[in-house]
Amino acid sequence: MVLNCLEVEVAGLKFRNPVLLAAGILGMTAESLIRVAEAGAGGLVTKSIGLKPRMGYPNPTVVQVSCGLINAMGLPNPGIKTFSEEIREVKSRVSIPLIVSIYGYSAQEFAETAELAVKAGADAVELNVSCPHVEGTGGEIGQNPELLKEVVSKVKCRISKPVFVKLSPNVSDIAQVAETAVKAGADAITAINTVRAMKIDIKTGRPILANRIGGLSGSAIKPIAVRCIYEIYERVRVPIFGCGGILNWRDAIEFILAGASAVQIGTAIALKGLEVFRAISKGIEAYIKKKGFRSVGEIVGSSHSL
Amino acid sequence: MLGRLSVHPIVYNWTRTVRIEKVVDENPDVKTFYFRDKLCLEAKPGQFLMVWIPGVDEIPLSVSGVYSNGLASVTVARVGEATEAMHRLKPNNLIGVRGPFGNSFKISKGKVLLVGGGMGMAPLAFLAEKLAENSCEITFIIGAKSVQELLFLERIEKTLSQLKSKIIVMTEDGSLGQKGVATDPLDNLLREEKYDMIYACGPEPMIKKAFLATEEENIPFQASLERIMRCGVGICGSCMLGKYRVCRDGPVFSSRQLGEVIDELGNYKRDFNGNKVFLET
Repeated sequence: MVLNCLEVEVAGLKFRNPVLLAAGILGMTAESLIRVAEAGAGGLVTKSIGLKPRMGYPNPTVVQVSCGLINAMGLPNPGIKTFSEEIREVKSRVSIPLIVSIYGYSAQEFAETAELAVKAGADAVELNVSCPHVEGTGGEIGQNPELLKEVVSKVKCRISKPVFVKLSPNVSDIAQVAETAVKAGADAITAINTVRAMKIDIKTGRPILANRIGGLSGSAIKPIAVRCIYEIYERVRVPIFGCGGILNWRDAIEFILAGASAVQIGTAIALKGLEVFRAISKGIEAYIKKKGFRSVGEIVGSSHSL
Repeated sequence: MLGRLSVHPIVYNWTRTVRIEKVVDENPDVKTFYFRDKLCLEAKPGQFLMVWIPGVDEIPLSVSGVYSNGLASVTVARVGEATEAMHRLKPNNLIGVRGPFGNSFKISKGKVLLVGGGMGMAPLAFLAEKLAENSCEITFIIGAKSVQELLFLERIEKTLSQLKSKIIVMTEDGSLGQKGVATDPLDNLLREEKYDMIYACGPEPMIKKAFLATEEENIPFQASLERIMRCGVGICGSCMLGKYRVCRDGPVFSSRQLGEVIDELGNYKRDFNGNKVFLET
């Protein structure tokens, strides 16, 4: 029997390969998610969806710097009720796992949104407790252990599908936060969200982003992400989705060796196009075979014993 | 250089703050802004810039021309807060530009027809200049609400003066040329002439009408489309048209691609929070 060495099972979900679409990238319409699936992604994470529609910030919402992108989109989304249509559309047309990213201003909102997402067909939810640029949600929840516990456990009570928790690197001890999330019931950890950052135009003296402060993604944050995943892997026993500056298969392998069971791709799509999904999968497959392993699972976290 | 841009449109493409060198009033509601920027000189017709109006907004604008004196231009209609603010800018004021982004019109040989309505004239006037270098035979339908709003007529007359060409002016109130909209002469033209390519830019219902007319006659067609844009580089998903990202896969789409998104074309767009907004027809 020929095994697909790229296939991974994470938190009960089967992925045809470990290269997923990250939250916030495309993912606001069914068609865009389906397109990413056709481009070869192993799984899909949607834009972060809340209970109510949100317009997001005015432009500029994205600014490029030499080592990546800084964005402050401001969580634009149509709200879970409208988005449920998109979820159903995706589920009726593609078979890879669909993970709905969720944000909220209270545990109650998180739980309600998660319930509606699952009702529409989400295979799992990823709680965005790490958005660096919207007040009252995201990072403020991830940095508050009590609130984080409440959010995760409320969502866990309400839905039977797996719950992933996406963490921010903008904390002093990310492994501690991961531990809190896992104790509250998280089935997997996604790390990392963007790093708080800023860009000022020196000719006008103005911060470029309308929100002034945003989140840095891209190659600049890759070493930070690798370190975070390494630390989280030492502390918790649930699988980790690695995210943050992965541009090629070598980066992806580095994340897997640090402890990620699968990876998520975002900024690389801007730099390399949607072809990046197949390119990374191919590279991982070649590496696994060349090293004499049978599956990706065999090398997850293997740097820890060296 | 161009190859690099098309493969990695953002790798070397951060916001450049440039000085406005010249502002030209095209009509009471439309101005053209000229500035100097090396990357923008590489722009091809159909490509767009994300233009930052410091402290106000950042908006996508078609490149309306690149010129031998080293300047590039964008042409802006006053339609909202950001464009109002842009219209208040004067020479020596600063704007930010990133781009050129997106694909461009494919330059055809032979006999071509251009259909431009309203602000759709901005990329098409630029396109006509490139087509003229290829000594195409050009028919240009220019449509506007009235003679006051007609864009780039003189510029196009000058561009086409050395070529076998025809300019058809259509105004909705009949204040110049024929009374009607830009698509009105299409059926006759398509029946009488054999075109190698038809280009269109303007209001989406106009583009849809032109597309359907060309489909009937089986003539290759390219149109430049618009959606809300944020990132400009194909990751935020604000500008989806069916499965296509207008900023990255477009803004210029072929007959085949338009056929794939026909349910959405001229029917609905997405607003800032991703909801469908149905267009008036």
